[in-house]
Amino acid sequence: MRRASDFFDRNAKWLFPLPAILAIVVLIVGPALANLLISLQDWFIGLPPKFVGLQNFSDALGDRRFWNGVKNTFYFTGVAVPLQLVLGLGIALLFNREFPGKGIVRTIILLPMVATPVAIALIWALMFNPSLGVLNYFLESLGLPRSLWVADITLAIPSLVLVDIWQWTPMVALILLAALQGVPTEYYEAARIDGANALQALRYITLPSIRSAIVVALILRTVDALKTFDIIYVITGGGPGTASETLNVFAFKTGFEFFRAGYAASLLIFLMLLVLGVAIVLNLVRQGRR
Amino acid sequence: MSLAAPARTDNSVARRRLGKIAIYVLMAIVLIIMLFPFYWMILTSLRSQVDNTSPVPVWFFQPTLENFRNVISENDFIRYTWNSFVIATLSTGLGLVLGLPAAYSIARYKQNGLALAILMARLTPYITYLVPWFLAFRSLGLIDTYFALTMTHLIVGMPLIIWIMISFFEDVPVDLEEAAYIDGASKLGTFIKVVLPLSAPGTVAAAILAFIFSWNQFLFSLVLSGPNTRPVPVAVFNFISYGQIDFGGLGAAAVLITLPVVLLTLLIQRWIVSGLTMGAVKG
Repeated sequence: MRRASDFFDRNAKWLFPLPAILAIVVLIVGPALANLLISLQDWFIGLPPKFVGLQNFSDALGDRRFWNGVKNTFYFTGVAVPLQLVLGLGIALLFNREFPGKGIVRTIILLPMVATPVAIALIWALMFNPSLGVLNYFLESLGLPRSLWVADITLAIPSLVLVDIWQWTPMVALILLAALQGVPTEYYEAARIDGANALQALRYITLPSIRSAIVVALILRTVDALKTFDIIYVITGGGPGTASETLNVFAFKTGFEFFRAGYAASLLIFLMLLVLGVAIVLNLVRQGRR
Repeated sequence: MSLAAPARTDNSVARRRLGKIAIYVLMAIVLIIMLFPFYWMILTSLRSQVDNTSPVPVWFFQPTLENFRNVISENDFIRYTWNSFVIATLSTGLGLVLGLPAAYSIARYKQNGLALAILMARLTPYITYLVPWFLAFRSLGLIDTYFALTMTHLIVGMPLIIWIMISFFEDVPVDLEEAAYIDGASKLGTFIKVVLPLSAPGTVAAAILAFIFSWNQFLFSLVLSGPNTRPVPVAVFNFISYGQIDFGGLGAAAVLITLPVVLLTLLIQRWIVSGLTMGAVKG
């Protein structure tokens, strides 16, 4: 008995994380490698695979729907993330003060993020309904024309961006709020003594102080936005047509509705490269600023 | 607000008060926007089909529980909720068993490389693994089993648990552990009897967060579940795939799914912030 626990103690450094590492290797690293192999096959699920080398990859590069997916992915993320950052900063600044009911407010702010995305997506789909939805009712009451929202090819992605903003701006706000609360008040007082107004204080004191938090929020949200699936699939299914079909929705359909596993695997590898590429670029930006 | 305080005029006091009111109004607007879809969800679930399909939204009406009754009785809803509960509990439990020791090890032995690897796992799109997972589980006959769903939910929850718990374990004073070693305790024993109880609040928060993430999971469940193991988000999604939209039923289903998550959030709202932001502000 003594020997066993001694052995454990001496090697605790490896034995403690070992089960977790095994889980990650089996469930992530293994499948990632398998994905590479699968992408080299022409594989219709249910039929035997056939090795075709890089055919899937060149097919993808020539596939208009692939590029449509890439475009939509960047469009969605490129609009959603900056807006979230700006709004999140505004909300953080707004709530960066003492007021009654802080706990309740924090809970309310958390709700959009933690609520089950599918349920949220369904409610938004109801609200988007052109004839019966409440959003058009609000537009009309303000004297604005009704909108087709997600039924309109050009409005599909912007409408989805709206949902994403509603859902995730709170996270940005919370990250930035925590950072704001770490800024020493002496900085602001010093600025005021020097005669700075509120806007100048914001630009020269606040923003630089929370710069690292802003970058972190930027990276987290960008990567997550690139991966968005639930709300898109549930609200529009990639439609109308392929107007809101991002790359991952396209890959999903290819694999699980068209059952072309090999082609889907290659699309997913492109997606992985896309996300990693963006993450690396953003990380370089982060390090560059130090 | 000037430091060179001159005598306050009525004007500046009034302006300050106006500014304060404006801020509170803005705050209220933000909060109303965040709450509105939930409000609409509840409203829809309590309205009759007639009221729900009225071209002008019906704000005041006779509430009915019929939608809830329909959803629960006609659609195996209780079964789906149970599935979600089982999968979330199993994957969270497993996530704790695997994740807590790993987090402890990273915290104590400063294994930053491992921490980075786990962060990378969070960054990659999970859908990338779905095709190999599907093919592998399918060939093993494990589609529509709790096993497949638990494993895949584990991969979502475990990194989260590890990431949160690293900070908590770092906060446990090493002296306490040293004292235990001097008394002859083993590393494992010390971990279980000294470190874990001290970081219980963090463990609870991490566990609840992992539970919520599993509950909310849609993508994996969509592909890997079947009639026997279908969790509730997938079941609800099927609601709208069938032609005529039962607005009230949708609302009721949405309420039933979201309610557990909201309640859990109320319990741990203080810690969710650091969990969701993944220690972003600390780092």
